[in-house]
Amino acid sequence: MPDMLTISINGSPVLVPQGASVAVALLSHQIFAFRRSIRGEPRGPVCGMGVCFECRVTIDDIPHRLACQTSCAQGMEVQTDAP
Amino acid sequence: MPPDNHFDLLIVGAGPAGLAAALAASTSQKDTRIALIDENQALGGQIWRQDLASKHPQPDSATWLEILSSPLLHFIPGARVISQPSPRTLLAETPNDCMTLSYNRLILAPGARERFLPFPGWTLPNVMGAGALQALVKSGLPIAGKTVVVAGSGPLLLAVAAYLYKKHANIPFIAEQAPRSRVLRFALGLLRSPDKLSQALQLKLALRNVPYHTTCWPVAAQGVDRLESVTLTNGRHSWTQPCDYLACGFGLVPNTELPRSLGCQIRLGSVVVDETQATSVPGILCAGEATGIGGLEKSLLEGSIAGHSATGRLDAARALLKSRKKALAFAESLERTFALRPELKALPTPETIVCRCEDVPLSLLLPYSSSRAAKLQTRCGMGPCQGRICGPALEFLLDWPPDSIRPPIFPTKLGSLAATAKNIRNNP
Repeated sequence: MPDMLTISINGSPVLVPQGASVAVALLSHQIFAFRRSIRGEPRGPVCGMGVCFECRVTIDDIPHRLACQTSCAQGMEVQTDAP
Repeated sequence: MPPDNHFDLLIVGAGPAGLAAALAASTSQKDTRIALIDENQALGGQIWRQDLASKHPQPDSATWLEILSSPLLHFIPGARVISQPSPRTLLAETPNDCMTLSYNRLILAPGARERFLPFPGWTLPNVMGAGALQALVKSGLPIAGKTVVVAGSGPLLLAVAAYLYKKHANIPFIAEQAPRSRVLRFALGLLRSPDKLSQALQLKLALRNVPYHTTCWPVAAQGVDRLESVTLTNGRHSWTQPCDYLACGFGLVPNTELPRSLGCQIRLGSVVVDETQATSVPGILCAGEATGIGGLEKSLLEGSIAGHSATGRLDAARALLKSRKKALAFAESLERTFALRPELKALPTPETIVCRCEDVPLSLLLPYSSSRAAKLQTRCGMGPCQGRICGPALEFLLDWPPDSIRPPIFPTKLGSLAATAKNIRNNP
């Protein structure tokens, strides 16, 4: 069993395995819409390797961070569903 | 790191080609100062991505760790090259910082990405690349008991399906768009190369309970706020399969943005290189998938050749030419076998979004005759991905060659650009 750490997703604390990406943390907690497109459609990860920019979320108040390329860190605050 | 950030050899990309280049170069007799830079934290690129659940590093990447113990080799992880602020100098950005690196010789090993084709519903969450889903599962996404349709084209589908199946995903079938006759001919061709044949047989064994449908492709995905089902066709009839994920990629596309922005000649979507892996720009070499999709063996060979020739050991490079020729023949048979069928061009309806960043539907693009014209009028390809997703799709759908690339080649913090400007003023 890997070590767990706590992050907050849209204000709610959740446990995630150490080393998991933010994208994995969101999907494993049933959050599939990472952002809203300019027309307001829900969007989630597509390429999984940092080129499509569909998995953009706000991390520790910094917008447009790539969820698939960012590892979870203890106490990290993630906000989804931003346009 | 040397204080001046100057290297005899700079290698961009730490996948198989970049690692092989680093190994070959570090075995040269000279005191070559080498830097290996990659946007990921770990070595190995996409194909050797470490599985979070496994305690042991991948055997392949473990051997590479030894290379890094060489005091002459510097690994710079988590840094993405975004521009060339002055000749023989690259600017790279990390999440919190940026740096300039200068070089005498440069080996580009930027790898490839999946090709995505638009069809109704392809923008729904949980429709993603086949390699993308595998990468997420390797990074810890639980997949046991989830239903995953694996669709699109190419050998990657088999590798991904086998991996997900081992992780106890429910895979109702694999949908390969290529016709059965061509896939069979490809499989027969593998008899000539024992290594590839044994890999293929292992995959076949791992997937003995998963049907492999050829001449079969997705036509639409359904769902409200996320994917709920996918409709597929075999050209005669179609059916709908409920699923949690659609892992869907139509082959691979070379990552040519960095080579293009440095002025390297591109032909048919790949970086043009000679037998020593030299590009059209003096001092810049290129190796691996970026010179043409050909798989692991080609990447390792080309990386080795590039590493040898960049350190002046042309005889060692030449010794690998025969194997390289064989790898290139395999690349050609891959391309022939998994060529995309014309029916796929008819998948998007006028309302289907093609440019996901700017939400541009196909209907708005049809009046134009080139990527450039469409870009200027509709913003297609002007979003954060800079055409990396819609570009290869439009190349297939409308025969539009990619538009020119401009620096910075990735969205960048203004601070990074400002820091470079300052840096260059102070050290002209």
